[in-house]
Formats: sequence, C-alpha cells, structure tokens
Amino acid sequence: MEVGVMKMVNKEKLGLKETELRLGLPGTDEEIMGKNLIMNSNGKRGYKETVDLKLHFSDMDRTDDRKEKNLHKEKTPAKAQVVGWPPVRSFRKNIMEVQKNGSEETTDKTGMGGAAFVKVSMDGAPYLRKVDLKMYTTYQELFDALGKMFSSFTIGMMDFMNESKLIDLLNDSDYVPTYEDKDGDWMLVGDVPWKMFVESCKRLRIMKGTEAIGLAPRAMEKCKNRS
Amino acid sequence: MVYSFPEEVLEYVFAFLSSDKDRNAVSLVCKSWYEIERWCRRRVFIGNCYAVSPQIMIRRFPEVRAVKIKGKPHFADFNLVPERWGAYVYPWISAMARSYPWLEEIKLKRMVVTDESLELISKSFKNFKVLSLSSCEGFTTDGLSSIAANCRNLRELDLRESEVEDLSGHWLSHFPDNFTSLVSLNMSCLGSEVSFSALERLISRCPNLKTLRLNRAVPVEKLASLLRRAPQLVEFGTGACSTEIRTDIFSNLVEAFSGCKHLESLSGFWDVVPAYLPAMYCVCSRITKLNLSYATVQSPDLVELISQCSNLKCLWVLDYIEDAGLKALSSYCKDLQELRVFPSDPYSAEPNVSLTEQGLVTVSAGCPKLQSVLYFCRQMSNAALIAIARNRPNLLRFRLCIIEPQAPDYLTLEPLDTGFGAIVEHCKELRRLSLSGLLTDRVFEYIGTHAKKLEMLSLAFAGDSDLGLHHVLSGCESLRKLEIRDCPFGDRALLANAAKLETMRSLWMSSCSVSYGACKLLGQKMPNLNVEVIDERGPPDSRPESISVEKLYVYRTVAGPRADKPDFVWTMDEDGALRFS
Repeated sequence: MEVGVMKMVNKEKLGLKETELRLGLPGTDEEIMGKNLIMNSNGKRGYKETVDLKLHFSDMDRTDDRKEKNLHKEKTPAKAQVVGWPPVRSFRKNIMEVQKNGSEETTDKTGMGGAAFVKVSMDGAPYLRKVDLKMYTTYQELFDALGKMFSSFTIGMMDFMNESKLIDLLNDSDYVPTYEDKDGDWMLVGDVPWKMFVESCKRLRIMKGTEAIGLAPRAMEKCKNRS
Repeated sequence: MVYSFPEEVLEYVFAFLSSDKDRNAVSLVCKSWYEIERWCRRRVFIGNCYAVSPQIMIRRFPEVRAVKIKGKPHFADFNLVPERWGAYVYPWISAMARSYPWLEEIKLKRMVVTDESLELISKSFKNFKVLSLSSCEGFTTDGLSSIAANCRNLRELDLRESEVEDLSGHWLSHFPDNFTSLVSLNMSCLGSEVSFSALERLISRCPNLKTLRLNRAVPVEKLASLLRRAPQLVEFGTGACSTEIRTDIFSNLVEAFSGCKHLESLSGFWDVVPAYLPAMYCVCSRITKLNLSYATVQSPDLVELISQCSNLKCLWVLDYIEDAGLKALSSYCKDLQELRVFPSDPYSAEPNVSLTEQGLVTVSAGCPKLQSVLYFCRQMSNAALIAIARNRPNLLRFRLCIIEPQAPDYLTLEPLDTGFGAIVEHCKELRRLSLSGLLTDRVFEYIGTHAKKLEMLSLAFAGDSDLGLHHVLSGCESLRKLEIRDCPFGDRALLANAAKLETMRSLWMSSCSVSYGACKLLGQKMPNLNVEVIDERGPPDSRPESISVEKLYVYRTVAGPRADKPDFVWTMDEDGALRFS
C-alpha cells in the first residue's frame, strides 16, 4: 500500500475554487504555502504564485531541512533529506559538520558550537597550534595570545618557562601574520574589520619576513610601519 | 479503622512515601486520607503541562516545594513540532510565585522559558535551590544573570541541552562574593566564554560543589587550575580539548586529575586531541559514567581509555568506536548498563566507519547487566536482533535507529519483524522501544502480544495498515506515550481504540493518514482528551474532511482546551465546531 501522502490545497479562501492534488515530495511546497497562508490570510493568491512555488522546489531540497517532507515507499532517485530523520538532535548535528568540513569553523546558532578554531603555523616552529578566534574581540588580543603561544619558539631561543619576557613577535618586522581566507587566498592579518576576519579566516600562518616577499609591497610597508 | 489514627500520625507515615504512584494510591483510600495527603505532598511531577492547569495543581497541593514539568512532545527534539507551538512556563511561574513562596525546586523539560520567567523565579522564592532546564529554549544569558544575582541559596543550576541565546559570558560574574552554596553547575550548552577568574573564584568558595560541566569555551590549559580548586568533584565536564598538546599542559592535567579522588563521571571532550586522553587514566578505575559523544577520536584511542574503566556503567560514544571498540568494551566493562552510540555522519549515504550490527550483538553478549540501548547504525539483520534478544532478556530500553528509512534485513532482504518480535518476546520488562528499518504490520502484532510492560513506543516509516496501530493500542497494556511519524495509520484504528487514549499521557502522529473528519469525531467522543490538529496549511475545515491532517497530538487533560494555541493548532471540540485560540 502506498505510503505517499496526498496533500491538497484548497484555494477557496485564496480566490480559486480549484483544489490541487499533488504527489511526490509535496511537503516542502505545503510548508511554504502554509506560511504564505498565515502571512496573507486575508489576501488572495493567484495561480501564478503556486506555479512559482514549484520553481522553488529544487531549492528547498538543498537547503533548510526544517521543511517537512514525506517519503514514499519507492525511493526517489535524488535522496532528499527528511525532516527530523535520522533522529539526531541539532546540537549533535553541528558538531559533526565541524568535523566533516575539516576546518574548525562553525556557524552554529544554538551556542553549542560557538567556537572558531583555526590552525596557526609559525615558520620555524616544530608544531602547529590552534586558536579559537571567537575568544578574542580585537586583533591586539589575538596578537597577544599568539605571542604568548609562540614565545617558546623564537629564534632567540627564549627560556620556555619565562613567559613574562615575551617578545612581541608580531611587531617584529621579521614576522608577518597572514591568513588563508575562504577563497583560499593568503591575506595580511589586520586589513578587514575583526568580525569579518573571524568569519573568513580558515587558518593562520606567521610568516618569516623573507617569505612574505611575494605579498604586495603595500603589505610589507604596513608590516614595517607597525613596529 | 481510619478515624482512630490522628492526622499527625498519618502525615508522618505518608512522609515516607516518595513515589507519586504510591501517594496517588493513598489519596484514593478515603476522603480524609486524600485531604491529609494533599496537604503534605511536597513534590509534584507534571508529565504534560497542558494536562492540568497551575490553578488546579495549587488548589489540590498547597504546600509544594518542588515541581517538575514537561512541555513539548518528544519529537520536538527532531524539529517536528513547529516553532511557537507552546509549552510556555510563565503562567506556571506566575501562579506559583503567588502561592508557593517556599518553592525550592523547578525542573523543566522542553518548555519555553523567558528571561522574564527567570527573573520572576529569582525574585519570588526566597529559598530557591534547584533550577534545571533540560532542552528548554526562549531565554538568554540575561535571565541567568538574574538567577545568579538573586538566588542566595542556589544549589543547582543545570542547563543541559537547552538553547540559550548567548549574549555574553558575563552572567556568571553575577554570583555574589558571599555566595557559597553551589553544588551543581551544568553550563555545557553555552557558547560564550565566561570570565575565567570569576569561575575560579566561584569554584574556590563553593566547598560542596559536586558537579561541574563546563562549556566548550573553557580551553584545556585552564582545566587543571579548576580541578585543583575542586578536588571533591564527582562529575566533571571538560570544555574543548583541542589546543595542540604541550608537555606542561599535559602534566598539569595529570596532576590535577590525580587529586580528584571522587570523580565518577566525565563528559565534554569537544574536539579532543587524543594525546590528552591519557591524562585521565588515573581516574578511570572509578569512572562509572563516560560521555564521549563529542569526542571525535578514532577507535584505538577510545579503546585505550575505555579499557581502563572497569567500573563503567554508562557510556555515550560516537560510532567512531566501531565494532572493534565495542568488542573491547564488552570485554573490559562487565558492569555496563547503558550504551548510546551516536552517528558521526548521519547524512552521508555511505558508512564512514566500520560500525555494524555486530558491535551491538557483541556488547549484548559480553555485558550481562546491559539494560538500556540507543544505537545508530546502517545495517541490521533479524539474526542479530534475535541474538541480542536472547542474550539480554533484561533489556528495559531498546532504541535502534537504522539510518536509512525502511532498510530491510541486509542479509535476507526481509522485513525486520521477526527480529523486533524476538526483542519484545524475550525482554519481558521492556519499557521503552524505538523501531526502525523495514517493518510490516506483523511486528505490531508481536508488540501487541508481548510488550505488556511497554510504556513508550516510537515509530517511523513502519507498518502497512491500520491493523498495525490497532495491535499496539489494543495490546500494549502499559502504554503511556506513543509517537508515530510517516506511517500508513489512519482513522479506523484510532477511533476503534479511542478509550485507550484516555489511559495514556499522549499520542503523536505526523505525516500519517488520519483524516480531519476522524479527528473531529475523536474530539466529540472523548471530552477528556484534547485532540489537537497541527496544520500549517491553514484551517482544516478549508479542506475536505477526508484529507489527512499534517500532525495530530492527542492527550488526556483536566484543564480543557488550550487557551494559548498558535494559529496553526486547532482543538477538536465536543460540539464539533472549530475553535481558534
């Protein structure tokens, strides 16, 4: 017996007597329609709008999995995500998306995954570090933290325990802080507003000045001016 | 006879009754016992906030000290209940603020809690001690500030799995300097960083702190300092442990953990770098509960840790553990009672880990005390289910989620009816069951015949016809909660078993084949039920009566129809007319 749920939309209140039968994954359309009904409960909706909704259908499949869908017994070729299936709670889903993407950024709104970890490499250091960009609100805070983190690796071979005697690496013209952004380009840290930086930064690299020759001269200028 | 006992004596005796069931039974003996009992009941549990009103509760039980209230149906956890559906706690708080000045405990689950409610709580109950908000939403960290600032005797603040609008971590700093009563703090669901020094000072001045569950924002290098200030902790949840490993951090952590002689439960471990796990080996032998469900580490590292936890009773883990890890679990952890395996990648078509039905079979064979299972996997067979059933007739909760809907027995391609049938036949004490995979009406026949102690049943994409639903409703004598999605169940079984619904807490049916007409009829026939149609397509009477409703939620109530319904919920009324909220 077919499991497919037939949905009908009665357009009487919307100016059309005609009712429309639909099969296939109709839930998405209905949800939109339902929302439109709620929003325009006194307005009329013409046939055109329903046609338009159909055009949006493929968009709905890819995006927001909160739209309700129904499964047939026979499988549809493109596997659409079913709302609420598998029954995994939203804060668990987001953790996995972080892992899957390979980067440490999350855009989780529930607060559960409110971190933005990025790898930090420093030329010459034996291993990488990770920082959570969301822990800082300004570039200076980030630079302070990075300075503390890499204080043990300075060329001057500073005493590992002597954290009070920090060399401010990033004011040292020998080092240039750069980052890889979402487009894969290497950029100088500090150009864009902090929030924009946090959104777009995928990883950080503290480059030796000599390596940074490839960057725009203006970037080098900027770096020198900071010291 | 009853009248020969003075009231004080009866009251004294009743004080020994802690279970609600016992107290309810006592209340039915005679009028005077009813009266005595209601005056001395201190704890009230309300399984459905719409089944009774605050006024009714207060009228019957005037001296309550602790309430526990549940709101939305369970499927709200999976986004099946639309937003703005309801379960607002404010009316409860406001009524209790007037009538229960000595209220000490409020525990809520799946309710909408506003900052206003939190502020009212913080100002109305002078002896307020316990606030537990499980899977709640609607409040911000400002609400938490009110609680922190005003609840001078607070012992427990537990926000587990709630959705909090995190404005800042500043709320924690609102605990006054002379506040020392904290016993339990669970802030694991929050995103923002709290002031670390405020946290340190808070922990230092609360000598009775037993439970501390940190949020992600507390990095691993800060844990040692906290643990050193609270070596008496029994339950500890780390923050993110993703900072690249460093010798000093690691050794500090080892030292701090070794000072914690009472630790029994560990959780947290977001993004944990595997190299940190050995820092916990020194406490493993005492650990009874381990939540590694955010630890994205591979099986060998998990096994290293688990193999040291010989007293483990409860394990929550990701499917990274794989069959091999579960085999190790079954050989090292003979006291295991509860296992939950969550999917690391629920949406990919292909399995990303080597976790199959075999892992669960092995654990069922090796862990004689196993009673509670939640297992996500990608393949299952009747043979495996039968083996599990035979190995573990003492199962109480069995929730299996085969990720692909309607997946058959992967060996025989048959439905999984006989497998689940074996589960209900052998596990005679089974209280909770979630089914998945390809299932016909047959499985429901088995369930109706054997699952006499079953209290909660969850179904999805299962069954062929109304007969399936009929078997469940007519056979499962202890059934309290039934939640169904995407099953071909319709009017006949529902209407034929209408009386059964009054013996249950609630029934949820979404994307099934229940017509609007049947819902109206049910509402007419059963005045003690709220029959609520949830339909975002607009008023159901704008469509023919034979059309299936989107969602149906039926529950028994003494409070009458809801007065706070949103515009997409309709109560099927006695006189058959539609009512808008």
